[in-house]
Amino acid sequence: MSDPDQELRVSKIKNGTVIDHIAASQALNVLAILGIDGSGGEEVSVGMNVPSDRLGRKDVLKVEGRELSPAEVDVLSLIAPAATINIVREYEVVEKSRVERPDVVTGILSCPNANCITTAGEPVESRFEVLDDAVRCAYCDAILREDLAEHIATD
Amino acid sequence: MRHDHLISARQLSRGDVETVLDRAAEFDAGERAARDGDLLGLCFFEPSTRTKMSFDTAMKRLGGDTVDMGTVESSSVKKGESLADTVRVVAGYADALVLRHPSEGAAKLASEFVDVPVINAGDGAGQHPTQTLLDLYTVRENAGLDDITVGIMGDLKYGRTVHSLAEALTEFDAHQHFISPESLRLPRSVRYDLHESGAEVREHTDLETVLPDLDVLYVTRIQRERFPDENEYRQVAGEYRIDAETLEAASDDLTVMHPLPRVDEIAPDVDETKYATYFDQAHNGVPVRMALLDLMLPDGNGGGDLA
Ligand SMILES: [Zn+2]
Repeated sequence: MSDPDQELRVSKIKNGTVIDHIAASQALNVLAILGIDGSGGEEVSVGMNVPSDRLGRKDVLKVEGRELSPAEVDVLSLIAPAATINIVREYEVVEKSRVERPDVVTGILSCPNANCITTAGEPVESRFEVLDDAVRCAYCDAILREDLAEHIATD
Repeated sequence: MRHDHLISARQLSRGDVETVLDRAAEFDAGERAARDGDLLGLCFFEPSTRTKMSFDTAMKRLGGDTVDMGTVESSSVKKGESLADTVRVVAGYADALVLRHPSEGAAKLASEFVDVPVINAGDGAGQHPTQTLLDLYTVRENAGLDDITVGIMGDLKYGRTVHSLAEALTEFDAHQHFISPESLRLPRSVRYDLHESGAEVREHTDLETVLPDLDVLYVTRIQRERFPDENEYRQVAGEYRIDAETLEAASDDLTVMHPLPRVDEIAPDVDETKYATYFDQAHNGVPVRMALLDLMLPDGNGGGDLA
């Protein structure tokens, strides 16, 4: 039990996703990206500010019965660039991948500009171009930087 | 160059701009086009009589005609129809659409739903590229577009004409100065784009220091509603007003521009000076929009060179 990662006392999951190496204190934002607030009945384990060799402190999430869509992974990469995603089936990790920063993120984020056409009930998904340290709305050019997590669409 | 739509000045290269301005100069010199049978759809979701008249005139001078969706009050939009639906309906009647809308990003969205060229005639506080083209045409006719120094003054925060012009000027050999009250300086996103384009963003709170260096002074209106109270507005706006006396410190070759309508930011006594260029500027909208339409409409004399 010398590896601190192993000390995290959360149950193994049967089928679902383990998101590891999330930047410390971002786990709840990651849950928001996934649209998980507990009301759907999913089994979720959250570890926050867990000691980590790689990150010092990190967050870990285990979600039973849920795999991530590509759009969710794209947005996840913006707030947790070091995250690893483990897909678990029958208690075994069947796929392990690092997130990659995409060129464009579609859906999930909502435009911070209240006067943007994408917030007006039009039949389009939001779309953001990924810049070095921010994202930019493909429609109105509004820039979203440090307050990214506050603009995760909750509907 | 090939563009399906004109959404933002940012999409235009220097070559693109020169293609449009050269064609505009030909129309300005009396050249005719035969676009009879071509129809331009006018989709104005907010009133902008001037811009609409200018497009209407341009299309008719090309020999074509226009169809107008009418005012928002009289249309299906009032009943809650989406923009995506409205433009799909109007696009069925027209060979190209001109769109004016109060929301940023509207033209981009519209362009994703139709097969005809969409020309953005202003989307909220966003882009207004045809204004930019007529501004550039006016700058070129009066000061050229090489090694010029341009001062842009007034409301730089909300003024979309300013954002669009500043971005377009980065394609040329232009030094830019931005003169505004602290509370109305260029927004972060615009400064970001200017930096990305390699421009130096020189910001000032008063005109005096830079005026003698300017070849072009572009004045915009500071609106009352940007200020919490009348007194503050009067005081701030007063500092960004020019008259003939202000311009005594200017270079003899200065060109004073304004997108019009003005209120009192340029005193009437400037009209009589050789600097005043804003009425020519407004009229330049017709040849420039003729050029743009001729280049973007399919299968005519212009051959869809921009489309
Ligand atoms: Zn937007």
